[in-house]
Amino acid sequence: MNAPAQVGTTPDRTDASSAPPRGGAGSQRTPRSRRHSSDKPRRNVLVTVLMLCALAYFLLPLYWVAIASTKSNADLFSTFGLWFADSNSFVENVKAVFTTQDGVFALWMRNSVVYSVVSAVGAALLATAAGYAFAKYRFPGGDALFSVVLGAVMIPMTALAIPTYLLFANANLTNTPWAIILPSLVSPFGVYLMRVYAAGAVDDTLIEAGRVDGAGELRILFQVSARLLVPGLVTVLLFQLVATWNNYFLPLIMLNSPELYPLTVGLAQWQGAAAGGSGSSPLFSSVITGSFISIIPLVVAFLFLQRYWQSGLATGGVKG
Amino acid sequence: MSTKTTAVPSRPTQAPRKRGASPMKRRQNAAAYSMVAPFLVIFVLMLVVPLFYAGYLSLFQDRLVGGVSFVGLENYVRALQDPSFLGGVLRMVKFLLIQVPIMLGLALVFALVLDAGILYAQRFVRLGIFVPYAVPGVVAALMWGYLYGPDFGPAAQIAEKLGLPAPDFLSNEWMLGSIMNVVTWEFVGYNMIILYAALRSIPSELYDAAAVDGAGKVRTAWSIKIPSIRPALILTLIFSVIGTFQLFNEPNLLRSLAPNVIGVDYTPNLYAYNLAFINRDVNYAAAIAFLLGFVIMVVSYVVQLSAQRKERAA
Repeated sequence: MNAPAQVGTTPDRTDASSAPPRGGAGSQRTPRSRRHSSDKPRRNVLVTVLMLCALAYFLLPLYWVAIASTKSNADLFSTFGLWFADSNSFVENVKAVFTTQDGVFALWMRNSVVYSVVSAVGAALLATAAGYAFAKYRFPGGDALFSVVLGAVMIPMTALAIPTYLLFANANLTNTPWAIILPSLVSPFGVYLMRVYAAGAVDDTLIEAGRVDGAGELRILFQVSARLLVPGLVTVLLFQLVATWNNYFLPLIMLNSPELYPLTVGLAQWQGAAAGGSGSSPLFSSVITGSFISIIPLVVAFLFLQRYWQSGLATGGVKG
Repeated sequence: MSTKTTAVPSRPTQAPRKRGASPMKRRQNAAAYSMVAPFLVIFVLMLVVPLFYAGYLSLFQDRLVGGVSFVGLENYVRALQDPSFLGGVLRMVKFLLIQVPIMLGLALVFALVLDAGILYAQRFVRLGIFVPYAVPGVVAALMWGYLYGPDFGPAAQIAEKLGLPAPDFLSNEWMLGSIMNVVTWEFVGYNMIILYAALRSIPSELYDAAAVDGAGKVRTAWSIKIPSIRPALILTLIFSVIGTFQLFNEPNLLRSLAPNVIGVDYTPNLYAYNLAFINRDVNYAAAIAFLLGFVIMVVSYVVQLSAQRKERAA
């Protein structure tokens, strides 16, 4: 979102020979200096215009929600959706979002943060250790175990959610944060990604050198390999963060108490109430402003952590 | 579950080690197991156990008279004759055949355009198209729901200004298309980034060969770029298949806007959810969920097989 000014003036993809490396920050991308001076791409105005039209489609709902969050409930209905109303009600809307039902929205936000951060950190650590072991050790049963983990990528969430709910109900874990966090700690795709990543990022000779020095295997992992695995780990972390932050089905079935809801379930409930139109229910303006607030953290995180998800997706997508 | 269906990527080059248990090898094995163990414990508890439990549950029935009893495959027989389940699966097949090609086609074209490096404001375009992925599906459905809506949706407002009848995106005829649009909006960017990353890592020698042949941009894209990223394309295709059959968030959200259009059985997932948590028929719900998982596996398997066969034929 903040990019156009700088992008407009500096060519994004100059050939690598002329562009100085941008310090450590860019080093983890999948760089390839394959452009030759002879085939320096010519920029095309027509294609750019077409792509900007496509871009308008992708930004339209975000634009709309940003505009709509500045409108009072009455203005939502009486003014044109894609432009501002005469009066700006953004501050009142935000106040309303955070005060409706005794400020339950702030609780939802906190819950979303707690669930997704704990799940993401846990899942990333588990996946990193496992992926590293699968990549760097040949141990009995390793290949078979990895195949099973990989096959699990295809298991639909629903096939699991219902039995998980019943098992958790028996263990008195439903309607607790654990009901969201425990299932979110498993990321088979994360293990796959980390295996591919570790295979490329950690040189076998480094491990051998550690052994020659007499270091134990776990010490080699923590003191030598861990540093090299960080970019992959952050990628898995980021994706699990998004997956948990965006999760709706699992918390919907696991939680009953509104004060435990994450944003997704809370907003959906507000929306249902607003559409139902009962007297004490939240207004459309609150639902819309709440939605707007709820998407800001992830959008910002993605913009700032670009290099991680891009390199991670490169790893997973290329060798898939 | 599907150990045989998924191709394991070949193990990176590794020095062949002596078989037999030297103390050092044994220490290494123990270390490897201890690294895999934490993940595997959670994996078994959160994935394998629930899966088997669902399979177990699906073989029982809870009758008003007589309580819970073992019924074998009766739930499955019932499901295969259940118009609600079959209708939902068919609707998802239709969704798959229409939406997935559009979504992946757009993602591929965008990725190729980005990779060709012919755009002004390249980075801005790339990020802008990807941003919807960071928006929760619930919020995406909510926003589009309002955009579609007759009350304060811009389309309805414009139509009214022009004196035209408002397009009823939430009507019976339009609903599936409207949901397709929401899902497309959410995931084109994600798929585009996967394909773009794959394109960026094509070895440059391939381009040199094409340059020698005098191939143009479109020709290069068609005969070098697209075949080179086949694995990434298959990956996105399989993820899309899995995602489609599990559709839940968007229809569940839009239901509150159009309760008469989206019934409890609009998608198989919605149906299973309603069976389990509204009707309290967990046994039948488990059978539905299991069958759905089976459908997903079969379709993913077919996708992979046909992709591999094409590869061999090429």
